[in-house]
Amino acid sequence: MTLTVYVPRDAGALSLGAGEVAHAIAREATARGLELQLIRNGSRGAYWLEPLVEVATSHGRMAYGPVTAGAVPGLFDADFQSGGAHPLSLGPADAIPWLASQQRLTFARVGVVDPGSVADYVIHGGYQGLRRVLAMSPEAVVEAVIGSGLRGRGGAAFPTGIKWKTVLEQPAGQKYVTCNADEGDSGTFSDRMLMEGDPLSLIEGMTIAGLAVGATQGYIYLRAEYPHAHHALSQAIAAAYQARYLGADVMGSGKRFDLEVRLGAGAYICGEETSMLESLEGKRGEVRVRPPLPAIKGLFGRPTIVNNVITLATVPTILHRGAEYYAGYGMGKSRGTLPIQLAGNIKRAGLIERAFGLTLRELLYDYGGGSASGRPLRAVQVGGPLGAYIPASQFDTLIDYEALGGIGGLLGHGGIVAFDDTVDMARMARYAMEFCAIESCGKCTPCRIGSTRGMEVIDRIIEGRDTEDNLRKLEELCDLMVQGSLCGLGGMAPFPVQSALKHFRGDFTARVQQ
Amino acid sequence: MEPLASEHGETVRRIVADLKGRPGPLIEVLHAIQAQLGYVPPAAVPLVASELNLSRAEVHGVVTFYHYFRSTPAGAHTLSVCRAESCQAVGGEALAAHARQRLGVDFHQTTPDGRFSLEPVYCLGNCACSPAVMLDGQLHGRVTPERLDALLSEVDRKR
Repeated sequence: MTLTVYVPRDAGALSLGAGEVAHAIAREATARGLELQLIRNGSRGAYWLEPLVEVATSHGRMAYGPVTAGAVPGLFDADFQSGGAHPLSLGPADAIPWLASQQRLTFARVGVVDPGSVADYVIHGGYQGLRRVLAMSPEAVVEAVIGSGLRGRGGAAFPTGIKWKTVLEQPAGQKYVTCNADEGDSGTFSDRMLMEGDPLSLIEGMTIAGLAVGATQGYIYLRAEYPHAHHALSQAIAAAYQARYLGADVMGSGKRFDLEVRLGAGAYICGEETSMLESLEGKRGEVRVRPPLPAIKGLFGRPTIVNNVITLATVPTILHRGAEYYAGYGMGKSRGTLPIQLAGNIKRAGLIERAFGLTLRELLYDYGGGSASGRPLRAVQVGGPLGAYIPASQFDTLIDYEALGGIGGLLGHGGIVAFDDTVDMARMARYAMEFCAIESCGKCTPCRIGSTRGMEVIDRIIEGRDTEDNLRKLEELCDLMVQGSLCGLGGMAPFPVQSALKHFRGDFTARVQQ
Repeated sequence: MEPLASEHGETVRRIVADLKGRPGPLIEVLHAIQAQLGYVPPAAVPLVASELNLSRAEVHGVVTFYHYFRSTPAGAHTLSVCRAESCQAVGGEALAAHARQRLGVDFHQTTPDGRFSLEPVYCLGNCACSPAVMLDGQLHGRVTPERLDALLSEVDRKR
């Protein structure tokens, strides 16, 4: 009988030694004369258990982790082939409480399927959404996306269906579907995990978008820092062409949709949609003045959908299960689920997909298990480098677009970075300005110059020089950048600074003059 | 500006000829040049410009806008250390200081013997396994200074 073992090829798992573990398993199986089928899946997102190895048994997939290459012979000795007991045994993978309590809609297949296999994707419910779309009118597809309440998961939270409707309403002619996979926010990795672990769901989502609005060409704009995702996407796109889910005759419908990956070149600003379009055109990634909206005049001047990876990868589920099914999750105006990324100083970091409405406290302590250092958590930054710092006193805030907005924060792309009580918030504020200075595209003055001046003012505050006067200057500068910048980089870079000033003022005022 | 070696000129011409029919090809071309030559030689800029019917300023502007493109050759090995928040929350700054001290160069520099280039990176998407570094395209998570030393010694032995 063939032994089937799953070892992730997710970049995070590889960074903890999954490649060596896979080699050790292959070596050991050969030495013992066992026939081995080694499947390189994505990660289930429980990174403190990575490398997480699973074995197919008659009782389902049994999990072991974190596995080291050195532990592999011992696993074979303990008969892990049949799910045998071992100190690293975690029982059935699906029953690990951290995973079992999640509500995985977008990430249902990530860590489960073979990412390069169309057949495996279809066995796990893939291409059911597209099958339905082929029997629907474009208007009905767009209505379903509107009805699901899906909002852009890249960070701006704009209703996805409304964007699609605008593109659909433009006169016929060349239109484009572009996927923003320039996941540059620190603390976020859901796009990467999805592209590495279930790239076909993104490909299906983009195909649905193309058919819905009459676009025949799709581009995935992928950041250069993600070589593993590039490999997984290229492999999956080739497989989808081979199986005729992409190309001139999508699923025998006579409709065309082509898709390719374009690599970014290390510019955070290219996550801003108009800057991304400039970059896709081969230019400097400077932001465009809006209007016109990309939906009307986007890539090469044509009507263009710009959506984030998670947004597009969620579309197949909506079309497969129905808008009501998806909208049945969540709260208020935040419908559906959010793949939350928990990172930083936290014991159990990883990917947690849950319906909107969880509290930060549940996330940080029930899932996260508190800080990795064992010290009290002092602050979390939600929503990437442009997101506000939230103090422990506000950990009962709900994870929901409106609730976080209500306390001056933002949910962004759903990344949450935890800090313990050793964090120096004045230094984190300085970093926010420094990051903006490094990544500013230079087009508008408040961002280009303001960020550098911000860094200098905070340096003086940290040195304890004219604290009150410099704090006043810093606050004025933050206001000016928020009001005067052309896009979200300069317009939001002050958010972490302002929140640090508001909640952790003592970190700025109690400096000793040097 | 150093003139372009003739074999490099051939490479650049071939790359442009392969890619110029694609929509918005400049960044694709630069990626291909850097993949082949290890960097984008300044002397390649006028050639790329004329082949793509762009101005030198346009090409220069793109090369210098993007952090990924380099105008000088990198060392034999490239170490990228993440400087972003998640890594900072678990000792990333100390790790960055250690990398600088161990290699004896600052960020964006190459060691005098040409063995290592040290680059900052703002998020490798490995935030659940912070602090993270990338060494010659290989990602590493939960990196301590001791682990970094071991990784650097390992690749240095390979030469």
